[in-house]
Amino acid sequence: MPDTLLFALEASLNGLTAGVMYALVALGFVLIFKASGIFNFAQGVLALFAALTLVGFQSGQIPFSHLINAMLGTRLHHFGWNMPTVLAIPATVLVMIGLAILVERFILKHLVNQEPIILFMATIGLAYFLEGFGDIMWGAEVKALDVGLPKGMSSAVDEATFAWFGYGFYIDRLEIWAAGIAAVLVAVLTVFSQYTKQGRALRAVADDHQAALSVGISLRFIWVLTWSIAGIVALVAGIMWGSKSGVQFSLSLIALKALPVLILGGFTSIPGAIVGGLIIGVGEKLFDFFMNPIIGGATENWFAYMLALIFLLFRPQGLFGERIIERV
Amino acid sequence: MKMTKLAATLAATMVVAGPTLADTLHFPSLSYRTGPFAAGGIPFADGYSDYLTLINERDGGIGGVPIRQTECETAYNTERGVECYQSIRNDNPLVLQPLSTGITYQLIPRTMEDGIPMHTMGYGRTSAVNGEVFNWTFNYPANYWDGASVIINYLLDENDGSLEGKKIALLYHNSAYGREPIPTLTRLGETHGYELVTIGVDSPGQEQGSQWLQIRRERPDYVVMWGWGVMNPTAIQEAANIRFPMENFIGVWWSGSQQDVRPVGSGAHGYKALAMHGTGMDYPIYDDMQQYVIDAGKYAGTGDEVGTVLYSRGMYAAMLAVEAAKKAQEIHGVAAITPAMMRDGMANLEITEELMAELGLPNFGPAFSVACENHGGSGAAMIQQWDAEAGEWNLITDWIEPDRDLIMEMAMDDSLAYAAENDITPACLN
Repeated sequence: MPDTLLFALEASLNGLTAGVMYALVALGFVLIFKASGIFNFAQGVLALFAALTLVGFQSGQIPFSHLINAMLGTRLHHFGWNMPTVLAIPATVLVMIGLAILVERFILKHLVNQEPIILFMATIGLAYFLEGFGDIMWGAEVKALDVGLPKGMSSAVDEATFAWFGYGFYIDRLEIWAAGIAAVLVAVLTVFSQYTKQGRALRAVADDHQAALSVGISLRFIWVLTWSIAGIVALVAGIMWGSKSGVQFSLSLIALKALPVLILGGFTSIPGAIVGGLIIGVGEKLFDFFMNPIIGGATENWFAYMLALIFLLFRPQGLFGERIIERV
Repeated sequence: MKMTKLAATLAATMVVAGPTLADTLHFPSLSYRTGPFAAGGIPFADGYSDYLTLINERDGGIGGVPIRQTECETAYNTERGVECYQSIRNDNPLVLQPLSTGITYQLIPRTMEDGIPMHTMGYGRTSAVNGEVFNWTFNYPANYWDGASVIINYLLDENDGSLEGKKIALLYHNSAYGREPIPTLTRLGETHGYELVTIGVDSPGQEQGSQWLQIRRERPDYVVMWGWGVMNPTAIQEAANIRFPMENFIGVWWSGSQQDVRPVGSGAHGYKALAMHGTGMDYPIYDDMQQYVIDAGKYAGTGDEVGTVLYSRGMYAAMLAVEAAKKAQEIHGVAAITPAMMRDGMANLEITEELMAELGLPNFGPAFSVACENHGGSGAAMIQQWDAEAGEWNLITDWIEPDRDLIMEMAMDDSLAYAAENDITPACLN
């Protein structure tokens, strides 16, 4: 097999795994948009906040210690113990559920029946609030996140492809795990929404708020449920991205990678988020591979948004989004 | 009548308030404690502030005049940096330290017009080394082109004086900052016979899959990194992932802090970076810092960054600013100096090893002197290597000099082009 083809194949495989990482972020957006019609600008910050909280619990860091020290002149930093990951993750999930309750109580409840743009603006405010709140609560330094997931080159893939093609492909084991976790996540979400009472209620609200209310479904409960699930998805995304490059405030910018994915896949489709992620991942890697010698590198963000723009021109609802029908 | 009363009230208030703002030396800090680059901005700002606090607490200020510190948050955003500048430009700022190449480029013409000196230590516009064109901008003790040259000189030493046939990949932040070393590395490649491969990374740099696949395909002998923020740990992690030999991976001084290597854990062991100054707490100055600033609870931020690489850099920047202020006081014979006098102090600054030892920082920074023709100091830097087990940076070389003839030649071309574009007649101010 020619080298160029091998390299392109390797780039495509890496694109698929990178696409899954993008899809993990996009999933959170889809869940909230489906249930409430809100484009949650704070989804990236939710991932950051979840990851910060997880690391804080793992390392036994005292929340708000910097603030307490500044106010009381103390020297508090850590409790002196480390929380095992198996406990730290459920504890973080509880925090994210608590956050969902607070978001519903202090923001969403007061904005029922408002225009989508108002709700969108509210999530922008939430994003800035959470960014600062996370900083005060856990500090702004870069934190290492290790939940025991393997990282680095997969020797199995390297050896197998070397035996077949005479060239060993590189794939990051963390991204292979991410693909597996994303598959489990999508399966759980599908089972939840199809076969549980709460899941059916969630779908009913997504289809028609008024009709759902008329049959006794609590909109407030559904919003808490949706934001809780989105918070858990954000935690998964935060773990995966935080394991790659540490937990720091840039983590919130991963939301920018999710936007083109959503435009491609549609804002209301969970399979769309996955397929959109894969298309963006493979597309940007192949584009970079073939065009780098001609126009130089650093084209990944540009390509993703260009592809999204083309989709907006020809299929604005995305691949799997609901068709937009305007009656006059 | 009303105006007279108001004026009288204001005058009385000022008298009661004690020392006026004019009785202080204003050292502003354009810091970034928020945003995606906060992890790097915080320790620098803390180090800068703590040193100035030390001078106030221990020495009662500079020449008997207390230092007044102000901080303006830029979030590493150029527009906000310019807004910060506008808010302080009439408040007698003695020297600006924008800590951002983007902000520096915007402020160069403004500071020239307003007569306010700017110090861009290890960043900003490299050709500002030519003080005949950039009268108000200083970039001592080293600049980007020095850094690129020092890395090549180090690699020459490692390869018995020849890089013929070697391949060097430059992994750079796709911004004005990241592209700075390309001309120097290209020119040096023509001289030393190595092949340069440039690989850009989009900001902020969390996703570098394509770049490291390319590095894996190209198989360079060395990778040189010009990164900042999250780009650094991501790159080091990716290098560890593809099993790139870490001792052949060298970052610029903005890619060589604890924040860059700690998230990678043991995978970062052996990674190298430039050092424009020493690091760690093993300097006598920290005895005073402990006594007057830390134990007294007067430290900036959370106090847990003391002794880290970027804290040390902030402290070094403040130390150079204070020494320039002392020089300005000496030249003009007044304690309450103006920004214009401060510029004279910076333009005539002389840092010797004796002075560094006297300040409690022996062998911390290079000895250098500033002149109108050279606002860039010596350009020397050291190489440090990360020991992941011990969790510390170790200096593995002495000061390495850059190829200053080449750099001054390139800086001259660039600065004269800038002068022609902006109708500046190159000349020394004093």
